[in-house]
Amino acid sequence: MTGSTNIIESAKLVIAILVPLFGAVAVMLTGEKRANLRETCSVVAAVLMFSIIASMVPDVLAGHTLHFGMFKIVPGVSVTLRADAFSMIFALAASFLWILAAFYSMGYMRGLHEHAQTRFNACFALSLFGAMGVAFSDNLFTLYLFYEIVSVCTYPLVAHHQDQEGYDGARKYIVYLTTTAKAFLLPAMVLIYVLTGTLDFATNISTGIFPPQTNAFLVTILYAFCILGFAKNGVMPFHHWLPGAMVAPTPVSALLHAVAVVKVGVFSTTRVMLYVFGVDTMNALNLGIPTAYFVSFTILMASVIALSKTNLKARLAYSTVSQLSYIILGVAMLTPASINGGLIHIANHAFSKITLFFCAGAIYVATHKKDISEMGGLGRTMPFTFAAFAIASLSMIGAPPVAGFVTKWYLLVGSMQAHQVGLLLVLLASTLLNVGYFAPVTYNAFFGKRPAGEKYEGIKEAPLSMVIPIMIAATISIIIGIYPDFMMQFVKAVTG
Amino acid sequence: MDFLVMNEGFPLLSALIFLPLFGALVTMFLPSEQAARLWSLLITSITAILSIPLYTGFNVATAQYQFGEHHAWIPLWNINYTLGVDGISLLLILLTTFIMPFCVLASWRYIATRVKSFMVCMMVMECAMIGVFAALDFVLFYILWEAMLIPMYLIIGIWGGPRKVYASIKFFIYTLAGSVMLLVAIIALYLASAPHTFSIPALMGGHYSSTFQILVFLAFFLAFAIKVPMFPFHTWLPAAHVEAPTAGSVILASVLLKMGTYGFLRFCLPITPLATVTLTPYILWLSVVGILYGGFTALAQKDMKKLIAYSSVGHMGFVTLGIFALNSAGIEGSLLQMINHGVTTGALFLCVGMIYERNHSRELANATGIGKQMPIFVTFLAFFSLSSLAFPGTNSFVGEFLILAGAFKRNLIITACAVPGAILAAAYMLRMLQKVIWGGIDNPKQTLLDLNVREIVTLAPFLLFVFWIGLGPEPFLSVMHSSVAHLLEQVGTVQASAVAGLLP
Repeated sequence: MTGSTNIIESAKLVIAILVPLFGAVAVMLTGEKRANLRETCSVVAAVLMFSIIASMVPDVLAGHTLHFGMFKIVPGVSVTLRADAFSMIFALAASFLWILAAFYSMGYMRGLHEHAQTRFNACFALSLFGAMGVAFSDNLFTLYLFYEIVSVCTYPLVAHHQDQEGYDGARKYIVYLTTTAKAFLLPAMVLIYVLTGTLDFATNISTGIFPPQTNAFLVTILYAFCILGFAKNGVMPFHHWLPGAMVAPTPVSALLHAVAVVKVGVFSTTRVMLYVFGVDTMNALNLGIPTAYFVSFTILMASVIALSKTNLKARLAYSTVSQLSYIILGVAMLTPASINGGLIHIANHAFSKITLFFCAGAIYVATHKKDISEMGGLGRTMPFTFAAFAIASLSMIGAPPVAGFVTKWYLLVGSMQAHQVGLLLVLLASTLLNVGYFAPVTYNAFFGKRPAGEKYEGIKEAPLSMVIPIMIAATISIIIGIYPDFMMQFVKAVTG
Repeated sequence: MDFLVMNEGFPLLSALIFLPLFGALVTMFLPSEQAARLWSLLITSITAILSIPLYTGFNVATAQYQFGEHHAWIPLWNINYTLGVDGISLLLILLTTFIMPFCVLASWRYIATRVKSFMVCMMVMECAMIGVFAALDFVLFYILWEAMLIPMYLIIGIWGGPRKVYASIKFFIYTLAGSVMLLVAIIALYLASAPHTFSIPALMGGHYSSTFQILVFLAFFLAFAIKVPMFPFHTWLPAAHVEAPTAGSVILASVLLKMGTYGFLRFCLPITPLATVTLTPYILWLSVVGILYGGFTALAQKDMKKLIAYSSVGHMGFVTLGIFALNSAGIEGSLLQMINHGVTTGALFLCVGMIYERNHSRELANATGIGKQMPIFVTFLAFFSLSSLAFPGTNSFVGEFLILAGAFKRNLIITACAVPGAILAAAYMLRMLQKVIWGGIDNPKQTLLDLNVREIVTLAPFLLFVFWIGLGPEPFLSVMHSSVAHLLEQVGTVQASAVAGLLP
């Protein structure tokens, strides 16, 4: 099925990415004085975008590829959109979660009386515009274009508080992301163009786009550049921007730095691995397993760092760094099962991690607490929030019946198929580390002692506009754990 | 005259050259300053509109010079008045004619004294610039080339900032030093040709000895490298830019710098191909040094005009890198990048001028955190800055992409060394943008008014071209193909040795 030849020209694609763009404009036009109308614009844009993307599902599942050409730059380089099964994994998850995040951020921003909410909402929508553009890119240039749009549009969100900490975090953010893109991605893209005469992605995951006689050394270098160039994937050593970005308001950390932005990174990385280089080339040049070990370092190291963090958001950030590399690990092992595991984790991690960040934000709005040690016994006061946290933690750990288990299952099968005991051990060690840093949070909240002198007086659950999205996201984590087929059918359409 | 497609009917090129000159003469007799402003705007606008038929009537299928005009001038020395445009000069002429009305608009309030004289200088400048790009006779070219010096000298020297005398004299001396070598090269070529001729196309493909070619090339090179400016001949540029009034900076950045790279393409490559191929590696390295030096220096600037001036050194380094890649991707990318730099850097100087008109400072520190007060302005500034750092989807990206593709084909290592220049461009531009829009936690307290309609009208067309070239460059590239292919034939392409084995 991978070589699907049924290409449908569809303007739906361009409408889908223009909806958030126009949403952002509408948000700017309504402004601070008409806050309700402004938030309505956000929510309408989110719902509309998800509906359009959902309407593509039948065509894609039928084996078609949606396609839409926008601009021709030079021969072989164009701005062209494509929706195939691979795009849908990311697009569906991110666009659905935008709806939840739109409601959630309403509660969060108003609950904390944040400033510049118009700018915040507009940039939020613009970031989604970039993320959807990445999801629907048909070639490396389009991908790069939207990738950079995401970098620029998220800067104001990270710097949102406009204090020294905000500016420092935002500077680190933009320096890491643009430097890696310019240093690695740009030359890699130009050289790929010089070598192949095109930047279009292949239509299947095996062949790649390089002519057979291409210099192997050069291809290897380009491959390394592509892995390092997409620094949004959080692979060490270029991961520092992510913890730095945690100065942003929590809805940003939740949707962008657990779902949209970081998934743009791993999505781009895996898209390029599979559709520019291709499984055959990666096998021939033996690129897969070294990559797997390379990202294994990130998986373990980030988990160890997460253990040492007592700030809840910082711990979640390092957990994200670790979990993102699961996705690349899965694809890099190059067996069908492992690729399945890697790709499904794009969706699984999205739903579970956004739940965790939502919880962290809800706790902050309700109690103004950021540190895990201050949350002893808080579970009895905020049972829904911490129950959701517990569910999502299980998903991160990879315990049944939550989403993360599906990932772990496929990754373990994949590592055995690839005969890589080392990688198997990495996965097991990572599971234990995840238990190590997630279990105490939940345990402490429900069974721990309250901090001395802390009565939690007047503290109750966060507003409903926050709790409901939390419960929905947590429920979906369970549903896709028990019934993974809906998302799996896209993944299986990719691997064939 | 087989290289020239003669113009039938209305002498378009002559009209473009002499209309501004006529406008300048009339300006001297105008009653008021406001009349001089309006009149200059009218003349430059008519010139711009008049130049559109150059594009619409241009035949993309031929490498010949079109809209040709030929009249004997000084028959004794075989000096002629020969004009013509090809795919290399066409866009540069259009850039010139289209930039000028905006320069007039940008001087509307900025120039408060001796307005008439200023407008005269501007229009004489326009006449000379169009003439330089259209001239096909070396003497005509040289006269117009020198003619550009005087109005620019006056623009900086009279209407410039505090160190205007220093800057204008430095500008004059540098450029004149280059011009003298240019004159020597022209005379040498005249004497070496048989029969003696000053016709530029006739001198191309003359088979001169390699020593002669190298000497002529070096003479050309000095003249043009100063004009580009290439490292290490660039030091006049920041001084001139900083002191010049906004319109002067825009003309300098958008058009005058292109004279140098145009010279490389028009003279060095086709007239001295052997020398070009021999000296290419050195020039490529010099370009890379310029790219990196310009980038690092721009990063350290506190003065916004200086920052953009040094960024020009870096950007023009990319242009020369592409030209001396000696393949079609590189040269077409360079030509496009010349236009892009004209559009983007011109617009950036306009932006800085707009801040200067409000707070009378070019210091970055005095312009921090104005995003909230001037949202329209910073939106423009953001797009132009992104364009300057070659953000995908904007004009400079297409140029830089083609240049890098061409340069990678020529030499992998040298080009790899130029890549950090792209990072530096992002660094200094984003640094400026961050400071202007956001600043820090202790921004200066000031209230600045956002752009008025005249200023928006001045900037908007630039933005249009930023995206037009960025997303649909075909109309701009298509006019180049034939001429660039012909040029490469003339160079005789002694290609593809350095990277054989690595790249196809």
